Amino acid sequence: MATPNTPLWEVFIRSRNGLAHKHVGSLHASDATMALQAARDIYTRRGEGLSIWVVPSSAITASDPAEKGMMFEPAESKIYRHPTFYEVPEDVGHM
Amino acid sequence: MAISNIEVAETPLVLYALRRADDALVLGHRLSEWCGHAPMLEEDMALSNIALDLIGQARELYSYAAKVEDKGNDEDKLAYLRDVRQYRNLLLVEQPNGDFAQTLVRQFFYSAFADLYWRAMMTSRDTTLAAIAARSEKESAYHLRHASEWIIRFGDGTEESHKRAQVAIDHLWAFTGEMFAVDDGERALIHAGVAIDPGTLRGRWLTTLSEVASEAMLTLPQNDWMQQGGRSGRHSEHLGHLLSELQSMQRTFPGLTW
Amino acid sequence: MYTQALNTAETDDRGLEDAGKAAQFQARIDAEERIEPNDWMLAAYRKTLTRQISQHAHSEIVGMLPEGNWITRAPTLRRKAALLAKVQDECGHGLYLYAAAETLGTSREELIDAMLAGKAKYSSIFNYPTLTWADIGTIGWLVDGAAIMNQIPLCRCSYGPYARAMIRVCKEESFHQRQGYEIMVTLCRGSDEQKAMAQDALNRWWWPVLMMFGPPDATSQHSDTSTKWKIKRFSNDELRQKFVDATVPQAHYLGLTIPDPGMTQDAEGHWRYSEIDWAEFKHVLAGNGPCNRDRMAARRKAHEEGAWVREAAAAYAAKRARRPTAQAAE
Repeated sequence: MATPNTPLWEVFIRSRNGLAHKHVGSLHASDATMALQAARDIYTRRGEGLSIWVVPSSAITASDPAEKGMMFEPAESKIYRHPTFYEVPEDVGHM
Repeated sequence: MAISNIEVAETPLVLYALRRADDALVLGHRLSEWCGHAPMLEEDMALSNIALDLIGQARELYSYAAKVEDKGNDEDKLAYLRDVRQYRNLLLVEQPNGDFAQTLVRQFFYSAFADLYWRAMMTSRDTTLAAIAARSEKESAYHLRHASEWIIRFGDGTEESHKRAQVAIDHLWAFTGEMFAVDDGERALIHAGVAIDPGTLRGRWLTTLSEVASEAMLTLPQNDWMQQGGRSGRHSEHLGHLLSELQSMQRTFPGLTW
Repeated sequence: MYTQALNTAETDDRGLEDAGKAAQFQARIDAEERIEPNDWMLAAYRKTLTRQISQHAHSEIVGMLPEGNWITRAPTLRRKAALLAKVQDECGHGLYLYAAAETLGTSREELIDAMLAGKAKYSSIFNYPTLTWADIGTIGWLVDGAAIMNQIPLCRCSYGPYARAMIRVCKEESFHQRQGYEIMVTLCRGSDEQKAMAQDALNRWWWPVLMMFGPPDATSQHSDTSTKWKIKRFSNDELRQKFVDATVPQAHYLGLTIPDPGMTQDAEGHWRYSEIDWAEFKHVLAGNGPCNRDRMAARRKAHEEGAWVREAAAAYAAKRARRPTAQAAE
């Protein structure tokens, strides 16, 4: 029996307290425990991290780039969602 | 000008630091031999990290030994200009890498001890050793976890991996007793609160080993015949070759700055 | 460079694919947009990138061997730690690059198999031997220096995962060239023997390093499409000249002589080097460099002897799959 390919994992790291985990890269590992160890050994060698998540790449569901128009363009016209849309007299100061 | 071996005034404290430094350097050196040759890239990374931790520990311990000795030696003289009879490391750490199972079993035996040892040494009355211990303890805790996970996968992986791990355990077992031995010089340091008695760690060390071995369905040997000699410079034949490589530059080009 | 063997260009397959999509794709690239893994892309773009990124990855991994040759013999503990950390970084870089290549749809296993089968190339430079400690200094100074020249523009490559991998690589690599040059400075300030060692290493590495940038522009086949697709932003000769101009003063500072008696400085300050021996380059790429066989043998040995380890890990994972132990995030 041929050895199956070693699964691919995505690595997310929180670099400082208060920050969100951010995708930093991928690695191969046979299971979650090994993936976490490998993530530590590969992606935090220069003190980059305080917390690690590893997620099987196969568990990620991605939006289809071909549907970019339908997915994201409708949001672009809703400028009233942004604070700069509204005028407040300067005398009032920062709001 | 040829530089022969340096003389080291091995007072109990110098010798104590030197022994731990030699352990760390020799094991770090062994692990560094894997760099570029590991079974997967992720393990090249992991073993190099462990090697770097150990070389770092060795450097601190050598520097401390040199400082205590106060005879103009330094980390490099201590590492590069003592011959096999002057090296004080455990026989365990000088054993060749063998296959990946032998490397990891060696690491597992050593790290399971080092983790307990450094944790205990954090309370040393010697503030330098206590500080080195505080840093080394975190490192060895991770080394232990890394090795344990592999032992479990070997044991509970394939028939071949199980067999290789068991062979390595049986082969290396006789080198583990030395970790718990104490001589008169060390006994005085233990009494003074500078060192800890490694004998008191053996029970917990065995518990760690048993837990991992049981999960891995591997067997720890029953025989209690233990090889000794590393601490007093009576080594296996392997160490001389390791040192001839490690020291080749300093021996070929004596007294230069690199 | 690390992908210098990319000498058979993919033909532009625009005609075979949806012309509208192809035009849109090129427009995105022209607008400096990044192409991401799931985006539609030309088959030739995918193929070119897969080959380029995987060759780059193979180069990092094979590149561990010549320097790894000195880890156990580094002359001081400080040098030993630095060298080990550097070679480890190269492994990391290979790993990031394989991951970037995998986003294009080929697994790391397939990519590595192609390399071990001799079907995929890696940089010619790693087929030269490291004979003395000065070679370690020279590799850091010149080989890493050349690599940085090449990799900085790749940080703006049109393919997102490759560009991101390069950003990480460049960040980590900043210490590599410095540690190499520091070794050279130490040697050149040392004994006559050490200076001679440094000069000898420069003599042996200089020309192979210039070859790293790949064939001269006049004969390079792949540059057109790679430039159009913004994978490549400078030509081989441009990068090579940039490297030579940066390096010659560094050699002078060391008191070393560039082994090119015909080298002159032109009115604009550029250092003009003599003709490169492209026949040697071709021989090395064809597998006849001094170390090609040793390098491949070492990688194959590691791969074959590691098989039981990978099998064990996979078998264990399969056994435990029914017993999930993963902890929830946070």
